Amino acid sequence: MTRRSAGRAALRLLAWLPVYGLLAGSAAVVMFPLYMTVVDSLQPIAKFLTFPPDFWPHTPVWSNYRAAMTSIPMPRYMANSLIMATVITVGEVVTAALAAYAFAFMRFPFRTPLFFLFLSTMMVPWEISIIPNFQTIQRLNWLDTYQGLTVPFLATAFGTFLLRQHFMSLPRELKDAADIDGYGDLRFLLSVVVPLSRAALATLAVFAFLQAWNQYLWPLLVTNDPNMRTVQIGIASLQSEEVQRTNVVLAGTIVALLPMLVLVIGFQRFLVRGLTAGALKG
Amino acid sequence: MSGEATVGRRAGSRRAQAIRQTVAAAPFLLPSLVLFAVFVFYPLVRSIWLGFHATDPFGRNEVWVGTAQYHDVLTSSDFRHSLLVTGQFALYTVIPATAIGLYLALLSHRRLPGIVVFRTIFSSTVATSVAVSSVVWLLMLNPSVGVLNYILGKGGVPTESWLTSPTWALPAVAMTTVWMNIGFATIVILAGLQNIPEELYESARVDGAGRWSEFLHITLPGLSPTLLFVSVVGVIFAFESFGQIQILTQGGPLGATNVIVYSIYREAFLHYNIGLASAQAVVLFVIVLLLTLLQFGVARRWVFYR
Repeated sequence: MTRRSAGRAALRLLAWLPVYGLLAGSAAVVMFPLYMTVVDSLQPIAKFLTFPPDFWPHTPVWSNYRAAMTSIPMPRYMANSLIMATVITVGEVVTAALAAYAFAFMRFPFRTPLFFLFLSTMMVPWEISIIPNFQTIQRLNWLDTYQGLTVPFLATAFGTFLLRQHFMSLPRELKDAADIDGYGDLRFLLSVVVPLSRAALATLAVFAFLQAWNQYLWPLLVTNDPNMRTVQIGIASLQSEEVQRTNVVLAGTIVALLPMLVLVIGFQRFLVRGLTAGALKG
Repeated sequence: MSGEATVGRRAGSRRAQAIRQTVAAAPFLLPSLVLFAVFVFYPLVRSIWLGFHATDPFGRNEVWVGTAQYHDVLTSSDFRHSLLVTGQFALYTVIPATAIGLYLALLSHRRLPGIVVFRTIFSSTVATSVAVSSVVWLLMLNPSVGVLNYILGKGGVPTESWLTSPTWALPAVAMTTVWMNIGFATIVILAGLQNIPEELYESARVDGAGRWSEFLHITLPGLSPTLLFVSVVGVIFAFESFGQIQILTQGGPLGATNVIVYSIYREAFLHYNIGLASAQAVVLFVIVLLLTLLQFGVARRWVFYR
């Protein structure tokens, strides 16, 4: 009997074989561009400019990665991106949590119109405001500074909306009990609401960090000093400046991508929740 | 105590309460409101205003020129060309990315051993930035040593100088964008699939429905809000695209990839034509707004919401 069930399991697996074939084939196609980038990042430069291309690094040059961290300013770029993305993430979480708290727990005049005013900012694509915003940053003397890179992004309507939806799902009795205990609003937010909202806050944080790290247009506009370049601007400009070291630049590209791959895979659950927040609302 | 006095006092205390509430809420709302005022609302008004003014090449000495620049933008063949290119770019990116996302999501939706690995791989391109994917594809698309031409050559297909060909540059840039957006589409569509109640499939199976009929009558209607969301976001992404153009083609060859945002960037930051660029930005804003409203208007008519 066990043999028969084992046989049936094997048969079922056999039936799924074409599906696994499709899955593996599709995965190979999706991963192919990144795979080739890794292969080329391990090639010696002489091999790099030859045809036909190699699909396997026969003599992997691991020192390309060391060169990426020493002979081009990758560490500086990475640090700039890390500082920028961290400041934006913390800022977005704080401003969004405060505003979402007001919309979910406080009563005040014009609450609904104000909420719609917040939401309306999502209808204004950032690319449309780049000229006046560039002028503002220029007038503040914030070009080539971390303020210039971060301050315009410290508030988020999407994050406020996301957190408000979650705060509204918390039981009302919590607020009543906190009122009786004489908790002020800030204390209630910090000691009750925040601990109960870790997943929602993490969703916003993952989302904000990924977006900030991957920004391109704004950092390109507000930084001229090579020391202030973010990693995205860095690899894009090195790619055209360092033609003789394309393999090293590609190693740098992989290094720039890795933290985000880890973030996306490690926090997949939160990311999915954030990405679908708009879709499932209907 | 007269009735009037009570009413007056009540109104007074209500006003006092409103003031108290406003004062309490202000610290929570002001950080966001101030930032939105400075970096979203003011720029919108300022862009419209700049569109009515011409400047010297340093962006100074604004002179009122009325609607001339808006008129120029709306009638110039360059801007119409940009608009057409952007529309084509939206078409070339949204339809393939949504279709591929749907295919990958359907493929990895089944419960199978090891399926998580495939889901992760399919959604992984969400981590890639526009700069990373452009650098990656620049290599693939290289006309002499690139892998794409090598593979096409093996298949007997004529090779191309992808990024310098007026015919192929836009599809090539679109292809890199599709690859970058597949992850997002797959993640969202997978979540949409999980939201379709299993009972619908069970009752369909009882009725003897085939796989194709299940897909047509349950999966597709159940996914329609998700597919709409993915395509709306995709169209908006397309209209906001910049990085891949700046890195791969700089709007060329012969303006073949000169999408609107790149055109705004070039007018404002390379030619210092602030007024004209602002007028273009305002027109772009109106277009994106109309597109969003239109798509949601269409959605109300045919999308199936539970």
